[in-house]
Amino acid sequence: MRHILSILLENEAGALSRVVGLFSARAYNIDSLTVSTTEDPTLSRMTIVTHGSDEVIEQITKQLNKLIEVVKVIDLNESEHIEREMMLIKVRATGKDREEMKRMADIFRGRIIDVTEKTYTIELTGTSDKLGAFIEAIDRAVILETVRTGASGIGRGERVLKI
Amino acid sequence: MQISGAEIVVRCLQEEGVEFLFGYPGGAVLEIYDAIFRQDKFKHVLVRHEQAAVHAADAYSRSSDKVGVALVTSGPGATNAVTGIATAYMDSIPMVVISGQVATPAIGLDAFQEVDMVGITRPCVKHNFLVKDVNDIADTIKKAFYIAKSGRPGPVVVDIPKDVTQQRAEFHYPESVHIRSYVPATRGHPGQIKKAINLLLEAKRPYIYVGGGAVQGNAAAEVTELVKSLGLPCTNTLMGLGAYPGSDPQFLGMLGMHGTYEANMAMQYCDVLIAVGARFDDRVISVPSHFLSQPKKIIHIDVDPSSISKRVKVDVPIVGDVKHVLREMLDILRQSGQKPDAGHLAGWWKQIEEWRGHNSLLYTPSTELIKPQYVVEKLYEITGGKAIVASDVGQHQMWAAQYYKFDDPKQWLNSGGLGTMGFGLPAAMGAQLANPDATVACITGEGSIQMNIQELSTCKQYHTPVKIVALNNRYLGMVRQWQEFFYGTRYSESYMDALPDFVKVAEAYGHVGFKIENPSDVEPVLREAFGPALKERLVFLDFRTDQSENVFPMIQNGKGLDQMDLPPHMRDIQQVPFENNRDYGNMC
Ligand SMILES: Cc1cc2nc3c(=O)[nH]c(=O)nc-3n(C[C@H](O)[C@H](O)[C@H](O)COP(=O)(O)OP(=O)(O)OC[C@H]3O[C@@H](n4cnc5c(N)ncnc54)[C@H](O)[C@@H]3O)c2cc1C
Ligand SMILES: Cc1ncc(C[n+]2csc(CCOP(=O)(O)OP(=O)(O)O)c2C)c(N)n1
Ligand SMILES: [Mg+2]
Repeated sequence: MRHILSILLENEAGALSRVVGLFSARAYNIDSLTVSTTEDPTLSRMTIVTHGSDEVIEQITKQLNKLIEVVKVIDLNESEHIEREMMLIKVRATGKDREEMKRMADIFRGRIIDVTEKTYTIELTGTSDKLGAFIEAIDRAVILETVRTGASGIGRGERVLKI
Repeated sequence: MQISGAEIVVRCLQEEGVEFLFGYPGGAVLEIYDAIFRQDKFKHVLVRHEQAAVHAADAYSRSSDKVGVALVTSGPGATNAVTGIATAYMDSIPMVVISGQVATPAIGLDAFQEVDMVGITRPCVKHNFLVKDVNDIADTIKKAFYIAKSGRPGPVVVDIPKDVTQQRAEFHYPESVHIRSYVPATRGHPGQIKKAINLLLEAKRPYIYVGGGAVQGNAAAEVTELVKSLGLPCTNTLMGLGAYPGSDPQFLGMLGMHGTYEANMAMQYCDVLIAVGARFDDRVISVPSHFLSQPKKIIHIDVDPSSISKRVKVDVPIVGDVKHVLREMLDILRQSGQKPDAGHLAGWWKQIEEWRGHNSLLYTPSTELIKPQYVVEKLYEITGGKAIVASDVGQHQMWAAQYYKFDDPKQWLNSGGLGTMGFGLPAAMGAQLANPDATVACITGEGSIQMNIQELSTCKQYHTPVKIVALNNRYLGMVRQWQEFFYGTRYSESYMDALPDFVKVAEAYGHVGFKIENPSDVEPVLREAFGPALKERLVFLDFRTDQSENVFPMIQNGKGLDQMDLPPHMRDIQQVPFENNRDYGNMC
């Protein structure tokens, strides 16, 4: 099953490679990974999307917690959460495609953030599924380039991940 | 007053009470070596290969309550250390390894003798550091020692660039460390402890399985008290030997791939198992599904949550330090005065005695050929069971584990998790330095000893009178055994040809050597080697043993605990049929 893990870790050189190294050394999957500093500059927050059986996810969580620089790990799947990912997608926008692309971007609540005579670059935010759905919905042939951030996640309501 | 980074390193080690620093110099650590030259609080031991420095430091930890320390230079010094670091990591041994690094401005430029030590060792250390600022050295070394010995112990590498050892700073050694992201567990959860006790008291066939965590956690006394007070049968893993006295009747011997019949059968057929600082290794329980095919409730005490329910899902996990947790259990038991049902326990013991009656460690004595098991038995007798025994890896290691009955923890030093040939001699040396008055033996094979034989020179220099007991079968015996069983006796590259004359080798290094070819000479030569006349000398005993001897019992790849290959005298015992379990690819 797909799980979203939120990890609070020391904002130190090498901490990221320890996390990534752990996944490759123990043959765990990383579907996506995002990381950046938090409001507290000494801490980074990472979101890892992974999949595996319950036993594997339990081991991943335990192994992550074992890393000295990891302060806290939570599995967002354990309760209500919000997930967002951003995608920038550059599409061919000529002839009849130009109107169609604008329409599709609107339907998916995307924004066209760069325009040339032949292309649009659309910014789209949502769950990873939604971004996938957008790609499915448009004609493959018009896609020139995509770049996705990978999912970030946060618990709903008053639940917070803090030290 | 400001002092150099190198002097700070030395002062830190002094503050930590380091007695011996095992190391080898080179460009990146010259500054540190200069600071060592100008101090006399600790002694530097110059090994002949960096791998040996790390094994010696590791065994210094294993055989004492202190933390062994090694120092190596950058590049090849650092890579030579890696096998030693991985060895300690797999067995959860506390250790600090300081490695030199090229100067900070040169890092990343493929500088002379540059390797990314932090990167190379990342998967085989508990933690590692690259110190980029002279002001961070003291804090980092303090943290390194703290991390190495707390929680689940392990090796910590501190990589220090040369320019950092040359820069100057004030020295201040922190009194304590606080790492907000690292808070190892100590006390177990009281509710879980209560549950564990209830399970044990209700058990019909209880069993205690004790591992390296009880040795590392200094919990032998607590283990013994629990076993005695509840009347439990007890087994130790290879790493746990000595945590419960090997000569006690409640001890069923080691379990696992080369465990005794009774220890393995009890593991399979118990109804409540309490695992104490042991990690359900594949060499111990073999195939998890087969192990669990006999229903049992499992209690698991371990300081590392990731050891729990890793290979086997357990019923009562207790995260905490063994000593603390066992003490709490004992307190509760003492207060309540409860015991398991005597009738059930008697029935269980009757079954165990029946298994034990087969004597699975029986071997056929010989008057022509020296049986390796016989050598270990005699060694046990002659050393009164009190020697510290360091071992290498192979058949000899298993015979040592089976036939030397370790009564005390920290008496048995071997590489279990990584299975590193070449561990034995440097380990014996480190243990002798940690225990100058102890008798230290190194049980080895003619293959393994040659992997670090250069340390005979170090032993000479530092007067470590270890006794090398080489069970020389002229084969990479453990490999040969697998080839005999599983590869149609095609002995591919497992014959040790062109062996040196070990007696002459020993003599060349300034030691004493004996070659023993007759069974009748085993005992007298051992007596001489371990006698007063040679007390101060390193003695190399080259026992020419039976080449065809195999280690029994043995659990083959993918088989279960009750599906052992048994020694010839037990071949008519009906065992559970082999249902072709999944092959876990065990290696020798
Ligand atoms: C040729 C060969 C053959 C082998 N055959 C066998 C065999 O037949 N039988 C066998 O048993 N092994 C055998 N081994 C060894 C095997 O590979 C493992 O190394 C060994 O079984 C692991 O022992 P352990 O479970 O005690 O764990 P260890 O590796 O000693 O781990 C200790 C556990 O205790 C925990 N711990 C540490 N400190 C504490 C503390 N203070 N409090 C609580 N928990 C703590 C750790 O987190 C860890 O989970 C063999 C090895 C070789 C090389
Ligand atoms: C460094 C290393 N290389 C290879 C192995 C694989 N291996 C395990 S046991 C063994 C044979 C050891 O031979 P020897 O030391 O003569 O001991 P014996 O089995 O004959 O008692 C080998 C090659 C290992 N464990 N370690
Ligand atoms: Mg051999």
